[in-house]
Amino acid sequence: MHSILRSTLWKKVYDWLDERLGLQNLYAAVLDRPEPLGNWWNTLGSASAFLFLLQGATGIFLTVYYTPSPDHAYDSIQYIMEGVAFGWLIRGIHHWGATLMVLVVFIHMLRVFATASFKYPRELTWIVGIGLLLLTLGMGFTGYLLPWNQRAFWATTVGTEIAGSVPFIGDFILKALRGGPDLSALTLQRFFAAHIWMLPALMAALIGVHLYLVVRHGESAHPDPED
Amino acid sequence: MSPKEMSRRDFIKLTTAATGGVMGVALGVPIVAYLIHPALREGSKEDWINIGNLKDMEVGKPFPFTFTRTRINGWERTSSSFGGFVIRKSETPEDLLILSSRCTHLACRVHWVDESGVFNCPCHDAQFGREGEVLNGPPPRPLDRYTDFKVDAEGNVSIFIEEG
Repeated sequence: MHSILRSTLWKKVYDWLDERLGLQNLYAAVLDRPEPLGNWWNTLGSASAFLFLLQGATGIFLTVYYTPSPDHAYDSIQYIMEGVAFGWLIRGIHHWGATLMVLVVFIHMLRVFATASFKYPRELTWIVGIGLLLLTLGMGFTGYLLPWNQRAFWATTVGTEIAGSVPFIGDFILKALRGGPDLSALTLQRFFAAHIWMLPALMAALIGVHLYLVVRHGESAHPDPED
Repeated sequence: MSPKEMSRRDFIKLTTAATGGVMGVALGVPIVAYLIHPALREGSKEDWINIGNLKDMEVGKPFPFTFTRTRINGWERTSSSFGGFVIRKSETPEDLLILSSRCTHLACRVHWVDESGVFNCPCHDAQFGREGEVLNGPPPRPLDRYTDFKVDAEGNVSIFIEEG
């Protein structure tokens, strides 16, 4: 009697929400849509999305202790690694997740290329995806500086110098990236801002478009010998 | 449909939920510990601090000492210096008066002036007698005393500190 009452109560709540939010349609469109015959290579997009969420979550938790100042960036990471309970785990997941994400996103692109899934009507999905690949690399580049150790410092010195080798506007690009002619506190601060606000916001928006397009067009079937 | 005939679809749903649950717990518990860890830390510990040996202290002449206490919060270290004077009133080892050198007016360091036999504060020219009592100037009360001290068999004098 009691459980029946409870289940009808939950059903009422669910129905009320479903009527307004269209949960059933949402579920069908996102998780219950028809799929062509695929294989494990078709799961790399979902894997990329999962890694994005994982990086977002661990990144948010890292900012609880990390401080983006040349005086304390290195010390604060030492503290995360040795002073805080499970700090090594949170940072470890973020560190290896970053490497894995670049790999997974790249292989996802190779699969889309190999199965010719970028063709009509999915060209826009492909273009947005390229943007997401570049943003993923941008996240890797900006995140690499944040530990503020020797490797981070010199990798960013070299990386920004490469950007500075662009003809005519190279010098401006270098200064814009560094926040001045030298690698400084300003560089660390703007890389941090890019890493935790600008690039993730752009990525989240583009992932939204990307997923909308995937749901709208469905996944492409793998080409067969007759194609 | 009975459990024996679970559909492929239901099996996938179940394993996905189970895997997600395991991952959620495996990450959720460390994350909670990670967030509350500094709140569980103990405060600074009280301690006995060695401030000198009796053989270096003349009876009747204030013996100056200083020590530093460091607080560590995350990657931030804050050091504070403290100081004072040990005055031996007699040859009896325990017969000591230990004064803080922190002026009770605005916390400047007082120093001992041998000729006049007073503690002088350089900031507002206040003077304290050898018992720490106010003789002259703006201080509202006598010099603070370290009353919790001990002397060991070798003559080492230690004071008990709770702050910082």
